[in-house]
Amino acid sequence: MKEIVIVDYGMCNLDSVGRAVEKCGGSPLVSAEAADLAGADGIILPGVGAFSDAMHNLKDRGLVAPLREQALGRGVPFLGICLGMQLMAGVGHEGGRCEGLGLIPGEVVRFIADTPQTRIPHVGWNQVEQLADCPLFAGISDQTDFYFVHSYHFQCDDRYVLGRTPYCGGFNSVVGAGSCFGTQFHPEKSLAAGQTLLRNFLSLC
Amino acid sequence: MLKIRIIPILLYKNFGLVKGVGFDSWRRTGSALQAVMVYSLRGVDELIFLDITATGEGRPPDFEVVDDLADECFMPLTVGGGIRTVEDVHQLLMKGADKVAVNTAAVENPQLITDVARRFGSQCVVVSIDFRTDAAGNRQVYTHSGTRSTGLTPVQLARRAEELGAGEILLTSIERDGAMQGYDLECIRQVSEAVRIPVIAGGGAGNARHVYEAISEGHASAAAAASMFHFTEVTPLEVKQYLHGQGLPVRLPDPAARVA
Repeated sequence: MKEIVIVDYGMCNLDSVGRAVEKCGGSPLVSAEAADLAGADGIILPGVGAFSDAMHNLKDRGLVAPLREQALGRGVPFLGICLGMQLMAGVGHEGGRCEGLGLIPGEVVRFIADTPQTRIPHVGWNQVEQLADCPLFAGISDQTDFYFVHSYHFQCDDRYVLGRTPYCGGFNSVVGAGSCFGTQFHPEKSLAAGQTLLRNFLSLC
Repeated sequence: MLKIRIIPILLYKNFGLVKGVGFDSWRRTGSALQAVMVYSLRGVDELIFLDITATGEGRPPDFEVVDDLADECFMPLTVGGGIRTVEDVHQLLMKGADKVAVNTAAVENPQLITDVARRFGSQCVVVSIDFRTDAAGNRQVYTHSGTRSTGLTPVQLARRAEELGAGEILLTSIERDGAMQGYDLECIRQVSEAVRIPVIAGGGAGNARHVYEAISEGHASAAAAASMFHFTEVTPLEVKQYLHGQGLPVRLPDPAARVA
């Protein structure tokens, strides 16, 4: 069974992600230890909260360098979820300008409403347009709905964009580089489609 | 396109689920865990779980119950009732809640909204507003499960909540609660127009047409209902099929896709 370390940095709903991993046939280990990261088959960085606080917590726990080492140095499959995806960027702007993990070049910025009717946060089910042939999408139809809840989004070069979602002019909802992936939506809260995506991630580990 | 959400509400009191009329005359409707399992199987958009006696009894949320429910909940879960501190919210999020609903504390301790939004993000704070309408047609917000008046109108509290950092508003008409005669469309529209965060209509749905009106006339982003799903044959999926037929965007589950 694949051991998936769910990174505990003190601010997210780790239980939900752990339960979903278990349901998808993985063995979740919630941990903040660099040694556990080194032994992991895959790493999931979940997330609820603000960018700058989250980076502060990751630094406090001495996790920034180990996460970069595993994801970039050793190529351990890495999945960032929601805030976890945003933290993969080089820079975030929530709670002031702040450096991210730098796994995928990009910047995280707040939505600016494009019409008077656009409400922010973007909350609810919305579709993902699949822009690349990505293993995470195996068995998931194009334009499938996933569950989102966020006020910031990930801007990056097109080459890292795997999926886009039509809201507020459209934003990048799935990004990837090498074995690093990020989803702005919550697969652990997206019922069957979310579980298929998590199974696809586990199969890469 | 962002889909209209249809959200069953589970009201929890003394170890079981209940449903009343006008925030009174409670009837037992069964086990919370069973309800979550059924809704999970049916793939509903989201669930709201409210512990309606916690604040009145001066006790914190029942974290163990939330932990059990979250085990079976593979869709978003909002939990409310008895939340007073940032630590309460932290515990609920750790147990598997995705969002918290704050009602009494939003009026008594507005700073809590800001503190929670700063620490966990606006997206996880739902301010729940219960209101009554007097004979002259004036609407006033009530707290403590509808027992204490506040002197605030729903629009005033919604605006204040948005400024404080709330990410959503759950708006419930107390006298329409359980009556299944339709939502208070005028109030929903007033609040929806007053804020830029999503508004969830609550209190009064009896059929799919009522839900359609809350969206098309009230401009709500989502509709919550309890009695309609507990006491009538109507299911969340049927409501969505109706909305789809009326041209509104909804998530219709792939019939082949089921939660394993």
